[in-house]
Amino acid sequence: MELNGFYCDGEGCAEEQEEEPTALKLLRSKTETSCSIIATPGADSAAAGGSVLQEQRMSKSTPAMLRLDSLKKNRPPFPWFGMDIGGTLVKLVYFEPKDITAEEEQEEVESLKSIRRYLTSHTAYGKTGIRDVHLELSDLTLWGRKGNLHFIRFPTHELPAFLQMGRDKHFSSLHTTLCATGGGAFKYEDDFLTMANLKLLKLDELDCLIKGVLYIDSVVSSGPPECYYFEHPTDPERCEQKAYNLENPYPLLLVNIGSGVSILAVYSKDNYKRVTGTSLGGGTFLGLCCLLTGCSTFEEALAMATEGESTRVDKLVKDIYGGDYERFGLPGWAVASSFGNMMCKEKRDSVSKEDLARATLVTITNNIGSITRMCALNEPLYGAALWNLDQAALYRAMIDQNIERVVFVGNFLRVNTLSMKLLAYALDYWSKGQLKALFLRHEGYFGAVGALLELQNPC
Amino acid sequence: MALSGGADRGSHSMDKSITLPPDEIFRNLENAKRFAIDIGGSLTKLAYYSTVQHKVAKVRSFDHSAKETDGDPLYEISVQEEITARLHFIKFENAYIETCLDFIKDHLVNTETKVIKATGGGAYKFKDLIEKKLKLKVDKEDEMTCLIKGCNFVLKNIPHEAFVYAKHADSEFRFQNTHPDIFPYLLINIGSGVSIVKVEAEDKFERIGGSSIGGGTFWGLGALLTKTKRFDELLQLASKGQHTNVDMLVKDIYGGAYGSLGLTGDLIASSFGKSATTDKEFSKEDMAKSLLHMISNDIGQLACLYAKLHNLTRVYFGGFFIRGHPVTMHTITYSINFFTKGEVQALFLRHEGYLGAIGAFLKGAEEDNPNQYSWGENYAGSSGLMSVSPDLNPVQRARSGTFDMLEMDRLERQLVNLPLLQDPTSYIPDTVDLTEDALAREYWLYCFEEALDGVVKRAIASQKDQPEAAERAEKFRQKYCHKLQTLRHQPFAYGSLTVRSLLDTREHCLNEFNFPDPYSKIKQKENDMALKYYLKVVKSFEELSWEQRQFTLVKGLLAGNVFDWGAKAVSDVLESDPEFGFEQAKQQLQERPWLVDAYNQWIERLKGPPHKCALFFVDNSGIDIILGVFPFIRELLIRGTEVVLASNSGPALNDVTNSELQILTERIAAMDPVIHTALKEDRLALVQNGSSSPCLDLSRLDKVLATVVRERGTDLVIIEGMGRAIHTNYYAMLSCESLKLAVIKNSWLAERLGGKIFSVVFKYEVPSKAQGQH
Repeated sequence: MELNGFYCDGEGCAEEQEEEPTALKLLRSKTETSCSIIATPGADSAAAGGSVLQEQRMSKSTPAMLRLDSLKKNRPPFPWFGMDIGGTLVKLVYFEPKDITAEEEQEEVESLKSIRRYLTSHTAYGKTGIRDVHLELSDLTLWGRKGNLHFIRFPTHELPAFLQMGRDKHFSSLHTTLCATGGGAFKYEDDFLTMANLKLLKLDELDCLIKGVLYIDSVVSSGPPECYYFEHPTDPERCEQKAYNLENPYPLLLVNIGSGVSILAVYSKDNYKRVTGTSLGGGTFLGLCCLLTGCSTFEEALAMATEGESTRVDKLVKDIYGGDYERFGLPGWAVASSFGNMMCKEKRDSVSKEDLARATLVTITNNIGSITRMCALNEPLYGAALWNLDQAALYRAMIDQNIERVVFVGNFLRVNTLSMKLLAYALDYWSKGQLKALFLRHEGYFGAVGALLELQNPC
Repeated sequence: MALSGGADRGSHSMDKSITLPPDEIFRNLENAKRFAIDIGGSLTKLAYYSTVQHKVAKVRSFDHSAKETDGDPLYEISVQEEITARLHFIKFENAYIETCLDFIKDHLVNTETKVIKATGGGAYKFKDLIEKKLKLKVDKEDEMTCLIKGCNFVLKNIPHEAFVYAKHADSEFRFQNTHPDIFPYLLINIGSGVSIVKVEAEDKFERIGGSSIGGGTFWGLGALLTKTKRFDELLQLASKGQHTNVDMLVKDIYGGAYGSLGLTGDLIASSFGKSATTDKEFSKEDMAKSLLHMISNDIGQLACLYAKLHNLTRVYFGGFFIRGHPVTMHTITYSINFFTKGEVQALFLRHEGYLGAIGAFLKGAEEDNPNQYSWGENYAGSSGLMSVSPDLNPVQRARSGTFDMLEMDRLERQLVNLPLLQDPTSYIPDTVDLTEDALAREYWLYCFEEALDGVVKRAIASQKDQPEAAERAEKFRQKYCHKLQTLRHQPFAYGSLTVRSLLDTREHCLNEFNFPDPYSKIKQKENDMALKYYLKVVKSFEELSWEQRQFTLVKGLLAGNVFDWGAKAVSDVLESDPEFGFEQAKQQLQERPWLVDAYNQWIERLKGPPHKCALFFVDNSGIDIILGVFPFIRELLIRGTEVVLASNSGPALNDVTNSELQILTERIAAMDPVIHTALKEDRLALVQNGSSSPCLDLSRLDKVLATVVRERGTDLVIIEGMGRAIHTNYYAMLSCESLKLAVIKNSWLAERLGGKIFSVVFKYEVPSKAQGQH
């Protein structure tokens, strides 16, 4: 889950104030870490520093030829998992090898086989686990093996059930490393150990996120494009989804909308930093919808929002000024006050749950758009790290390093075309065409993919 | 996107049951003209311009050339009527609007006014009502323009207008010095939405952004979530809630491990995040608190992004979301501090609620050019900060008297900084901030309460010929007593509480009840008496050696300063022993070494070349000015130093006023050729300081004085007396040499400074070269 910038005081704020808001992690540079990204499938690059661990594992492992073979090629042993344990959802990616020889098949330990069969033969696990079949990447080559990449998600509160399953399927007997990122990797580390006898390799979520984005974008070549945008976002008639080539995207803003929102500025594949974040994210949308409408799932909330009309809930500029507020270039349709009409009892009584869900969606989405746009404008300043830059220098800096692309990811955008179009529109309109909103098909899974890639570097 | 106000938030029922006390609420309506009205969602703010007839004390010199008899007083005192301009601003709940309009109609005598300027979201809604009741044409003005105009006006004219809010500090309100240049600044107006306005000059501003998540979101969403209708009640709920029950915090996601990662567990990761994953009931209080944090944080974040982008560090917050609510001021302050890492402080305004009305009024009064004058807050007629705040005073709130007032007097003179201030931006006149120093506050409030009887007595005595004086004096007592009570509970009501503000408030209240100069007769008597000794004192110096003479002059200056009706210890002596004399006063003085003793350095300096020009801020009438100050400056004049005597424009206690000083100087010149020549050659000049206070604010001085100081190349400033050199300016840093001298005539203060009553402060300061030659 994303860390956002919002810090809040409880009652004793005096002592809280003293703590540095280090969560902002400004100017965190990837260059500080020694691990490299494996962006090319099939590249058998050696992982420095990993040998000790591998030797230990070899000495302990059962004499399975396949696993030995894997190690010789500096390839992690199966199964290959990557996990991202967020505040609301657990995202799991699983690489299913398709090039298993008969010999391998024969020697494959039973527990491994059982996991593979279970995951690949179902599309739903329990009541809440889901495999996003449409996102599956087939015929992928990873570390010399060919296979399919599967994308699975389930609610974080179902994690105990998942761990139970891990124990039932003797996952721990495989002595594999489980790469995990997200806050839950830290929160549930002990549970993994005690309940399933599994040791987690905890990974930084922003590192994983960036690696995941770059990796997926580089391996998707056929089928629906990974990266896309909306052409003519300000014209509903002509607005349509178009493929976008993310080959040379820097500098870009990467906005991850999960329960909360993180905004990263990415200058190259290994130079990025967290700019800011906001606590008004997907969790806020769902949380408020649950309280306002009594719904309980994201899908329900979204379905209601699709049916609703936010202008009955929000106060628009034209509601106050009868039209545009010309003096300040505000169009009449712009929202003057989110939920502003709800100050009035009669109007509170006349709105539907659908209207409320829609207004919540619009409020959260527009706010993310607005903060993102300000970050894009401000980024050259942060980049220059100058608060007291004179106006001329500021102007030059803005021209030099203007950020024009914003990539939105995160599960808030899953099946949420409404928000995507709204973001595309808001960015285009308020930046007068200067900013382009980009979206990725595997929206919420990049952290988990990044974690999977770390299997290669168990450092 | 944001717009302030918001018009239709529930209809208030019209409350006609209240009766308005005319001498308290809509004052001076008879002469009122130029009305302006700002109707917001729940409050109406009315502004008008009026003239006030004031009694002022005038002194006029007799013609002394004809005859000179010992028994005649030096000058005559007369009380005259003077008309001054005053701005009235009244704030009340929309529920009372009809009652108020009726009241105005009934009391309005002036019929020249044809138009009322109107702004605010409710201006449309009440247009017909206003036109019908007042028979005035409603002329709508742009809300934002009015807001900015009003903001510029209060920032320029009201010292301590802006403050920083610190919930857990000793003093919640930390008032800011008025910066000589108020531009550029950012105004974040949080109405139903948020407007972010960059103001670069008087008429140059731009709405650079905004947000739809504002006060309306808090109110609307809050009403839906908690079924609580009123905005104030929602804030009350929020102040009792625990947002951590509703919000998903970093530690909820990371467990206990956030510490090792350098994260702060209490950061909100997702507002309302727990209500998405937990299936349980949430309390109204907790939801309201979570909502408040969500909105405050969001606004704070955007404000910081805009401030950074436009390189602005002065950020003021206003709008109904903020207005007088400690809860929202706290969360906004918190958010700004967090997002800028303390680089920017959220600033709030004492008169934020009046900005629109002030601006609308100024729009209508453009032909009078109100911006060319300086204005001053009248403490007697203004209710002060948070007079109707529900958090502070629930009882008062419950009553019908939810009227808040601001009155501003047009000052006759335009006020500017003393050009010799080392750093005008950091200059603070007052030595002790009583808002922060509880012990000192207790003492001084007590002290002023104790002295009140004497002041009332003196006021009555000054108008023996007027039978109703006693009644007026009693009203004065009540008013000032009430002010002191208010200040006891809300020391921040008029900005930083200081000895100066307590003294000024007393002067304003005395004026309010037509006691313009209670000490006029005493001053007259003492001046007469002292003049008789002038020549004798001057002659006595002739036999002394240079060194002896200098010391005697300084001692005379200090002894003269003992004669101060403002100090209780002294006024008691003077009251009981009218013959108390100059020599006795000298004996009261502390022997050297004094409490602060830079006398040796001063003498060394006098051995050097003469100063070019000395500016002397004088204090009391009588012995102080005539037998203390004049011999001293006479010596300076003889040395070849030009002298500028700066005295009060209007009366305060027994301080000598400019008009009195004119006459005294004439009289002295007639006796003393040194003074006569100096006047003739213009080496001695008399200027007024622009103030009527017993204290001295060097950032608000008469413009003429500033010009004189600059033109004459002033290189020495002398400040005399407790009010001007101890209560104020004790720490003032000047860019030239300065002499601050006073006798501490208050044992509490003397003790605080480490001395005894009648201790002497003789502070001579020379700025370091680098600072002196900028």
